[in-house]
Amino acid sequence: MSTTEQQATGTFLADPVHSHVGFEVPYAVATFSGEVTDFTATLADGHLEGSAKIESITLRDESLSAHVLSPEFFDAERHPVLTFSGDVVRDGDRATVEGEITMKGITRPATLVGTIVGPTVDHFGATRVGLKLETVVDRTAFDMKWNMPLPNGEPALANEVTLKADLTLVAQEA
Amino acid sequence: MRVLAISGSLRRDSNTTALLRALREEAPAGVEIEIWNGLKDIPPYDGDDDVVPGPATVEAFRALVREADAVFLATPEYNSSIPGALKNALDWASRPLATNAFRNKPVAVIASSAGAFGGVWAAAELRKVLGAMGARVTEVELAVGHAHDKLDAGRLTDDGVREALAEALETLLAEAAPALAAA
Repeated sequence: MSTTEQQATGTFLADPVHSHVGFEVPYAVATFSGEVTDFTATLADGHLEGSAKIESITLRDESLSAHVLSPEFFDAERHPVLTFSGDVVRDGDRATVEGEITMKGITRPATLVGTIVGPTVDHFGATRVGLKLETVVDRTAFDMKWNMPLPNGEPALANEVTLKADLTLVAQEA
Repeated sequence: MRVLAISGSLRRDSNTTALLRALREEAPAGVEIEIWNGLKDIPPYDGDDDVVPGPATVEAFRALVREADAVFLATPEYNSSIPGALKNALDWASRPLATNAFRNKPVAVIASSAGAFGGVWAAAELRKVLGAMGARVTEVELAVGHAHDKLDAGRLTDDGVREALAEALETLLAEAAPALAAA
């Protein structure tokens, strides 16, 4: 069995310093992106559980952050956490996670696809697994329907949002 | 529970304000509806005056919104939109956006007009503005057309409209209830 085909058995927790969770959405002429700084992820015997605090969505403008946290988007007051849960299926260095994502109190099926690396022992002796995943969700299915027409009549903000997680997961002592 | 009612009309014999007086009569026990009459005293918004504290009348308005459990707004329709005085007061209240008094505040919007459509465009505009401010805009959609025919000397005489007002209030109170339960 090669290194990349080893199974990540046991429990692995996301190392927040070496992990990144964020989103991208087409806005007007470009892509608007943001990240979530307060999140957790656990990989236990092939089952991935993740959660992110909506208040920790970080954008580069305070007023924009306020709008994204408001009832028109995430409604952070009533739905403070986003969660994901699913099973990782590995094929070489490809990973597919069939699961469910819950945002704004609404749960929908979601398939995350990407890559998996490891388990690999790092330079401090810890065992790490890398999971880089993304999925596209329709934000309107999660009751986030805000939009504004551009002068040409097209909507300013796309409905399809790419959610991204680039995780370094560290094995926990048994 | 305290509901602040805001009319977008300044006119003494306003049909829109009359609807809020009728709404007050529909308040269930334990619900106090205060009709705000300070709209005309809000100065025009000027970023140079937007300091801490702001103008006294603005601060008083912000405090009323903050203290209310919910806000019920009634607007006439001017040129397919809301009256400038109402937009001006909301612009003041929206500052600073991230912590403004309307943030997460349950709100309901109704409209009235002398025409057939009842101010639906003004209501849509008002919902848009409140949503952008971060308010919790409820699903209430009540536009009272031919309003002058449904009032007599400032008293609502139309049972259908009265029933719709009571329903709108019920929707708003239900939206405000979880916030109260968590407090």
